[in-house]
Amino acid sequence: MTDPLHDWRVAAEPHYRPQGNEVALYEAAYAARLPVMLKGPTGCGKSRFVEYMAWRLGRPLVTVACNEDMTAADLVGRFLLEPTGTRWQDGPLTLAARFGAICYLDEVVEARQDTTVVIHALTDHRRCLPLDKKGELVRAHPDFQLVISYNPGYQSLMKDLKPSTRQRFTAFDFDYPAPALEAQVLVSESGIDAALAARLVEVAQAARRLKGHGLAEGISTRLLVNAGQLIRHGIAPRDAARMAMVRPITDDADIRESLDHAIDAVLG
Amino acid sequence: MLAPQRPGPRFVEIDAIFDACVAQAHERLDAATVDAWLDLAFWLGRLGRGAEPQRQWLLRGADLLERLGPGLLAPLCEALAALQKTPDGRAIGDLLTVLPALRLPTVADAAGWLAQVLELQRRSSVAIHHRAIDPSAALPVFLAESPALLARVPVEGLGRWLDAGLRLHGHHPDRLADFLRRQSPDSRALFSRDRPGLALADAERRLALTLRALWALDEPILPLPEPAEGEAVGALPYLEADGLRLPGRLEDYAGVSPLQRYRLIAAHLAGHRRWSQPLVGDNWSPMQRLAVETVEDARIDALLLRRFPGLRAAMRALHPLPPADPSESADSSRRVSTLRLRLARLSCALLTGEPGDDAEREVLARFTAALSMGDSSTRDMATLALAWVAGSRRQSDQFAEVIFEGTQVDWRDDNRHLWRFIEAGDEEDTLGDPPPRPAEAEPEELPPRLYPEWDAAALAYRPDWVKVYDRLQPAGRASDIDALLARHHDTERDLKRLLDALKPQDRVRLRHQEEGSELDLDRAIAALGDLRAGILPDTRVQMSHRTDGRDIAVLLLMDLSASVNDPVNDPVPAGEGAAEPGETVLSLSRAAVALLAGAIATLGDRLAIVGFHSDTRQRVDLLHVKGFGEAWDDAPKARLAGVQGAFSTRMGAALRHAGELLSGRRADRRLLLVLTDGRPSDVDVADPEHLVADAAQAVHELDALGLYTHCISLDAQADAYVGRVFGARCSVIDRVAQLPRRLPEIFLGLTR
Repeated sequence: MTDPLHDWRVAAEPHYRPQGNEVALYEAAYAARLPVMLKGPTGCGKSRFVEYMAWRLGRPLVTVACNEDMTAADLVGRFLLEPTGTRWQDGPLTLAARFGAICYLDEVVEARQDTTVVIHALTDHRRCLPLDKKGELVRAHPDFQLVISYNPGYQSLMKDLKPSTRQRFTAFDFDYPAPALEAQVLVSESGIDAALAARLVEVAQAARRLKGHGLAEGISTRLLVNAGQLIRHGIAPRDAARMAMVRPITDDADIRESLDHAIDAVLG
Repeated sequence: MLAPQRPGPRFVEIDAIFDACVAQAHERLDAATVDAWLDLAFWLGRLGRGAEPQRQWLLRGADLLERLGPGLLAPLCEALAALQKTPDGRAIGDLLTVLPALRLPTVADAAGWLAQVLELQRRSSVAIHHRAIDPSAALPVFLAESPALLARVPVEGLGRWLDAGLRLHGHHPDRLADFLRRQSPDSRALFSRDRPGLALADAERRLALTLRALWALDEPILPLPEPAEGEAVGALPYLEADGLRLPGRLEDYAGVSPLQRYRLIAAHLAGHRRWSQPLVGDNWSPMQRLAVETVEDARIDALLLRRFPGLRAAMRALHPLPPADPSESADSSRRVSTLRLRLARLSCALLTGEPGDDAEREVLARFTAALSMGDSSTRDMATLALAWVAGSRRQSDQFAEVIFEGTQVDWRDDNRHLWRFIEAGDEEDTLGDPPPRPAEAEPEELPPRLYPEWDAAALAYRPDWVKVYDRLQPAGRASDIDALLARHHDTERDLKRLLDALKPQDRVRLRHQEEGSELDLDRAIAALGDLRAGILPDTRVQMSHRTDGRDIAVLLLMDLSASVNDPVNDPVPAGEGAAEPGETVLSLSRAAVALLAGAIATLGDRLAIVGFHSDTRQRVDLLHVKGFGEAWDDAPKARLAGVQGAFSTRMGAALRHAGELLSGRRADRRLLLVLTDGRPSDVDVADPEHLVADAAQAVHELDALGLYTHCISLDAQADAYVGRVFGARCSVIDRVAQLPRRLPEIFLGLTR
C-alpha cells in the first residue's frame, strides 16, 4: 500500500539553529504525545522549528494555514459529489489523525473560535475525532500529534484562544534569536557576509524597539532573510533593506523615514 | 564736474552733503540712473515734508540703486507718490531710512515689500466715506520692525503674516501694532509658520522614533528658547536629566537638510547619554575644560560613526573648516585668543584623521589607540586633552577677545552634563534655579486640546488656534427622557416596526456554492439527476453560512449653542406632527436623540453622543453625553436630560475633535452625524464666512480620515451655507417638529 502521507514527509533537513533547549523539550512532549502550542511574533522561526522537529522525529507534517473564512469542514473534511454518488473527502486534520502525522495549525487564532473547537476531542485523553456528518469516530493514530502556533502580539479581543482550548496544550515562547545567532541564521540562509548580516540585524532591532509606537510588529528574521536574498542577487544593501525590511511593515511616513534613516546610518 | 541745477527749496542739511553725494553717485551709477536718482531727490525736496526724505535718499539711494539696479525706481516712485496722497505721507522719511537696511535680494522683493506698506496703510487707517482721515498707527511700527522681520522670513512670508494680522486685527489699531511687534503668541505662531526651515515640532515624532529605534531612549524632546532679536545663533543644544533640548527651527546648512541636522544633534546627545561620564571640574581652568569637551565630543562622534557609518557624510559637510593656518600674525598684532580656533582644528583632525601639525598628530595617535581598545572613557579623553593643552598653550590664550567664528561644530552641544562642581563657583554663567512656582490647584478639567483653524483667505491653517475642552455633561433626571419618549410613543412604535425589518439576521445560509461546509441537498440531487441523464452537472452543490453583522460606529455631535433654546416656530401650525406649545429646538432634539439612541442600541451599533458649544476660540466645550462603550441606560439618559443650550457654534473645532474621537474606533464604517440648528458662528469672529470655510475644511479632513460626515440641519435657511460645508451629505429639516421622527429615519437610511 502506498503511503497516504508520502507528500507530507520532510525530505531534507531544514536549517534550524536551536535558541535553547527547545529541541529536547519538544521531543519529550512528542514522546508523551502532548499537544504543543508555539507562541511568538511572526517570522521568528516557529514554522521552521516544527518542520525541523518533524524531520528529526521522522514524522510527516500536515500544515494548515488558518484564516478567518476557514470552517470546521475545511479541517475535518466534507462530502464531494461524484458520478456514482457522494464521496467523503478527509480534511487535513482527519488525514493526520488517521495515518499518524504531526498536524500543524499555523496562526490558529485567525480561524473562528467555533472552528477551533473541533480539535478539542483530539487534544485530551480521548484522542479521537468524531465526524458527525459521516457518522464515524476516527481514533487517532499513535503517532499523531497536534501543534498549533499563534502570535500573541495582535492585541485583539476577537483574536484570542478560548481558555478551554489553551488548557489542552503545552507551550513554547518563541522570540527573535539573539543578535549573534540571528546574524548566523541570516548568513546561512542567504549567504551574505557576516559583517553585513550583523548590520542588518542591528536595523531589525531598531525597528523592534518601535513595536507599539506605531509599528504592529518589528522586522522579523524572515524579512531579514528576504533582504539577504535580494542582496545576493546583486541589489545594493540599502535598497534591499528598504524593499524587504521597511516597506512591507509600515505605511506610516514618519516611521518609514525613521527606519530609512536607521538603514542609512547603520549600513553607511 | 558741473553741479546740477537744484530746483525746489534749499535746505541747509542738504547743502552740506549734496556735492559729495552726487560725486559718489557718479562713481557708482551710469548717467541716466544718476539723473533719475536726482529727479527723485528733487521731488522729495518739494513734498513739503522737510529735508529728511531728501537727505535720506541722497545719502543712501545711490547704494540701493547700485545694489538692486535702476528697476527699483519705478515701483519706488509709484509707492512714494501713493503714500504722499494719504495722511501717512510723513512716513516717507521713515520708509526711505529703513529701505536700505532691509534684506531684499531683488527688485521684485523690494516691490513686494513696498506693496505691503501701501496695503497696510490702506487697510489700517481709519476711513470715513472711503477717505482715510487719520494716519495709520500701525505703519510706523511696521516700518520699524521690517528689518528684523525680513531678516527671518522672505518677503512672501511676511506678506502672508501681515495679511493674517490685518484680517484679525484690522479694526483694532492697538492690537494690530502689538501683532506687528510680535507681542502676542498668535502673532509669533503665525510668523513662525512662514519662516523657512523645519520646525522642531514637525520633526519631533521622527526624532523620537529614531531615538527609540536606534538608542532605546525614551526622553522628551524640547525646543530651546528662540534666539533673541539680533542674535545670529541661539543657545546650543543641551542634555539635561529631563530631556533633550534642540533648536526650535533649523534650516538647510552646507547642503545638509534640517532633518538630518536634527538627527545628528539627537544622535550626538544620545551618544553622550550612553558613553559620557561626568567629571569634577573644580580644579580645571575654563580652557582645560574646553579642551576636554572638544576631545570628548570627538570621542562620542567617533563612537557614533563606528555604529552608524552613514552619518559620516553629513558630519564632514557640517564640520567647520577652520583656516589652515591658525594665523600666527593675528596672535601678535590683534591680541586675540586663537584657542577655540585651534580646538576646532583639533576636532577636525580627530574627525577626519588628517592632522595639521605635530601636536595634533600626537593627540590623534593616542586618540585612535584609546578607541581601538573599546569605547574608552571620558577620563581618558580628559588626560589626552590636558596633555594637549599643556603642550600647545600660548601667551595669547589669556586675551579676552576670542575668535569664535567658524569654531562651533554644528551638531555638538554645550556639554553641561559633563561637569560636576563640588563648590558653587561664581565663574559659571548659570541662570540659577527658577523661582519655585506657587503650588497649582488641582485642575478641575482635562487640559485643552489645541486645534488649528483654516484661514480660507490665506489658504493656510492658523496653528493651535482653538482650545477644545472635554467635559462630562452634568446629569439631569433620566426620568425626563423616559417621559419624553412616552410623549413620542407613536413615533417609537413606528420606529420599532422599521427596526425589526432591518435587524440583522445573524447567520445567513449561502446556497449554491462551489465550496462550502455542507452539501446543498436540493442542488446535489439535481446535479445527480443531471449526471445520470448524461448532462454536465452544475458543480455548485454546496452551501455555507455567513454571519451577517453590522459594524458601524456612530458619533452624534449635537449643537448646544444658545439658539437651541428658541421656541419652535413652525411655519405650519397645525396638522400631523405639529409642535406642541412650549417645545423648543432643544427639547425636540433631546427627544430625537433619545429615539435614535434607542434605535441604535436595538441594532447593536456603537453610538457616542457629544454636545458642543463655544465661547470664543479660547473655549470650545465638548460635552460627553454617552460614550461608545456605555449602554443606553439611566446614566447617559440623565446626561441627555441635563443638556442646555449656551454660547455659540464654532463647528470646525468641534468636528475636528469629534473626528479624533471617532477615528480611534475600529469599525467597518464610521459615521459622524452632526445635528445643528444654525450656521457656524462665534462672537470673536466678525466674518461669518470664515467659520463656514473652516467647517468645510474640517469636513475635508474627516473625509481624509475615512469618516463619513452627515449633517442634519434644522435651519430653514441652511441652503445658503450647508452645502458648502457638507456637500451633498446633509439633510435639512425645515419643520423642526418632525425631527424626532426624521432623525432615526435619516440614520437608518444612511446605514441601510
